[in-house]
Amino acid sequence: MFEYDPVLYSRILTGLTLAVHTIFSTLGVGVPLLIALAEWIGIKRNDDHYHLLAKRWARGYIITVAVGVVTGTAIALQLSLLWPKFMQVAGQTISLPLFLETFAFFFEAIFLGIYLYTWDRFKNKMYHLLLLIPAALGATASGFFITTVNSFMNAPLGFTYENGVLSNINPFAAMFNPATPTKVSHVLSSAYLTAAFVLAAISAVALLRGRNHVYHKKALHLSMTVAFVFAVTTALVGDLSGKYLANYQPEKLAAAEWHFETVEEASLILGGILEEDGEIKYALEIPYALSILAHGTPDAEVTGLEEFPEENWPPLVVHYMFDTMVGIGMALALISFLYLFFYKKKKWNPYNKPLLMMIAAGGPLAMIAIEAGWFFAEEGRQPWIIRGVMKTAEGATTSQNVDLMLYLFAALYLILIVSAAAVLIRTFKGNPAEKELEKTGLDRRDGDEL
Amino acid sequence: MSYEIIGITVLWTFLYGYVIVASIDFGAGFFSYYASVTGKGNVVKKVINRYLSPVWEVTNVFLIFFYIGLVGFFPEVSFYYGTALLVPGSIAVILLAIRGSYYAFHHYGSKARSWYQLLYGATGLLIPASLSTVFTISEGGYIEVAGPDVSLNYSALFTSSYSWAVILLAIVSVLYISACFLTFYAHKAGDQEAYAVLRKYALSWSAPTILASILVFWAMSSHNSVHFEKMLDLSWMFVLSFLFFLGAVYLIWKKKRPGISFILVMLQFAFAFYGYGAAHLPYLLYPYLTIYGSFTNDTMAITLIIAFLAGFFLLVPSLYLLMRLFLFNNDYVQGRK
Repeated sequence: MFEYDPVLYSRILTGLTLAVHTIFSTLGVGVPLLIALAEWIGIKRNDDHYHLLAKRWARGYIITVAVGVVTGTAIALQLSLLWPKFMQVAGQTISLPLFLETFAFFFEAIFLGIYLYTWDRFKNKMYHLLLLIPAALGATASGFFITTVNSFMNAPLGFTYENGVLSNINPFAAMFNPATPTKVSHVLSSAYLTAAFVLAAISAVALLRGRNHVYHKKALHLSMTVAFVFAVTTALVGDLSGKYLANYQPEKLAAAEWHFETVEEASLILGGILEEDGEIKYALEIPYALSILAHGTPDAEVTGLEEFPEENWPPLVVHYMFDTMVGIGMALALISFLYLFFYKKKKWNPYNKPLLMMIAAGGPLAMIAIEAGWFFAEEGRQPWIIRGVMKTAEGATTSQNVDLMLYLFAALYLILIVSAAAVLIRTFKGNPAEKELEKTGLDRRDGDEL
Repeated sequence: MSYEIIGITVLWTFLYGYVIVASIDFGAGFFSYYASVTGKGNVVKKVINRYLSPVWEVTNVFLIFFYIGLVGFFPEVSFYYGTALLVPGSIAVILLAIRGSYYAFHHYGSKARSWYQLLYGATGLLIPASLSTVFTISEGGYIEVAGPDVSLNYSALFTSSYSWAVILLAIVSVLYISACFLTFYAHKAGDQEAYAVLRKYALSWSAPTILASILVFWAMSSHNSVHFEKMLDLSWMFVLSFLFFLGAVYLIWKKKRPGISFILVMLQFAFAFYGYGAAHLPYLLYPYLTIYGSFTNDTMAITLIIAFLAGFFLLVPSLYLLMRLFLFNNDYVQGRK
């Protein structure tokens, strides 16, 4: 395919592993919150529909956790196998959050194991719910710690690096670098948003297929409410992230917006095609919007790519990833708002077909936005592996056979994704909620108000 | 005690924890498959699944913990081992991935599939074999270092009697540890049939374990005489280990005190494992890397040790709770909960 170059193959393999891991880890961070909410509402309202909901979500969740755990193990070891020189530096500066992340993961694994096997072991259901809190906290904490590592790569701080020698190390400064607040909150809120939309999409599909049981409506309402809350949070944090980029990583923002000259009253560009000569065609321009995104006022000056030597420019294709992420994010906020609006208006039907179809599409779209966002964040940092300190090529392995490993891992991920999907479909198709409700005698609560 | 020694002791302890819990898990996969092929499947499967289901996730974390800690305390390790181990490391990761996910697919999916079980059983033996190459390589003689380039000499690795002895030891110990634990667990569950089968497994894997250990000693004496001499200085640890072995086998043979017999197995491996590790010091990779040459900076070392202590206080009660609920709860073990 290409001439053998360990750097290129290491980048592709890392990207592939992370792209797969992101699908499962996003659900891993987000879904426990929804399971906990379902169980809590179930206890509070003494409504067994919610208990079944929590149980069924947990049953699917454990399959995704398994794939998340093994792909997470893969990326952890690949960091050393593919980027040995980067890890030499990272080990000196950011092993603290890496270490803490494993603690959080340990904590989560213990309590998730207990939670899954104690559905009927406690007389008081509250004890069972309490087990989920450390599990959900562990999931969120590991998301937090690992994101600080990524933040460090974008905004390295807490050390001095001269002629290959590291000194004056401050682990906490490295961990709480300027990128950390926006990155962590964006990652966490978008994970909750995505998990909520994926679960909402499942309920929407059930309703679209004419399965009108109140169980699905309750599931849809819970997940859409969570989705709306986090769609708004994600948008607000996204705006703060834009301001962070303008101040600390202007070349990333400029590449995302194809913003070449430093000007005031900069406009935001949507879509379009970049010609060889730097002309942008077929794009939609929103005047002043980039200045507002970057600095909060319409007349602010926004740094252009010209201020940076061309060899340090991120690839300009990140523009499309940025647009995809923002576009889908806006759409998700709108869909969840529409649902809640229809729901509040007594006379309007929130279960109308077009709206349900949009919700059903929202699940996969949210996942695409997560992938696009991560690719934007990572590609936008190129050519650096640690911005301003170490180039990606300097961190990579010199080992032969990375190409072979890429093919092996690609085959592995393909098999894992196909099997996980098959197992999930088989598990739920053979045993739909209606059947389970009937079997447990919950069906008599059918007439309940929402 | 210096930070270096504290660091490596903490890590070695996690690795020991991994050796024990992972061995139980890896061996269980194999026995579960072997038993179903020989028609005793349903007898032992119930016992095995009752133990494994709530803990399979936790097992994996011990390994990650060791690895992340190693990279944190000894960042230089990443450079040497990371570069040299690309292929064996990746293969181990792929095997772990197949094993972990197919365990979940098998147990949480709607229908159990027999070929999932085959994958699960086979990887249970291949993973210890591939992971044990790291121990082999740490003895030196298989890695070539030329300036910035580090490479693994595969022909040296695959033709060396030492490396095959280590692989053999890894596989038989996994089967031995696992069978001993499951014997104890079956006894606790009051499942006489499974107990009889598993006890036979435990006894039949005991002699190969000791023979393989002797083989490793012998192979090491010719491969790395420095390390061998140091192990002789600590010979009391290996003698004790052997005595614990005799005690454990005696108790299993006489069908007495299965709980104590598994503790003796743990002590047997603890003494051998720590004896091996202590004699290996100060080298992490003979003769290129010592714990002193590769250690992280002082600030990070102190921070990591504090973080470790804090995490430890969180983990120990949680692990205790897990064990109380699933391992030392008679109602659960006997299938009443």
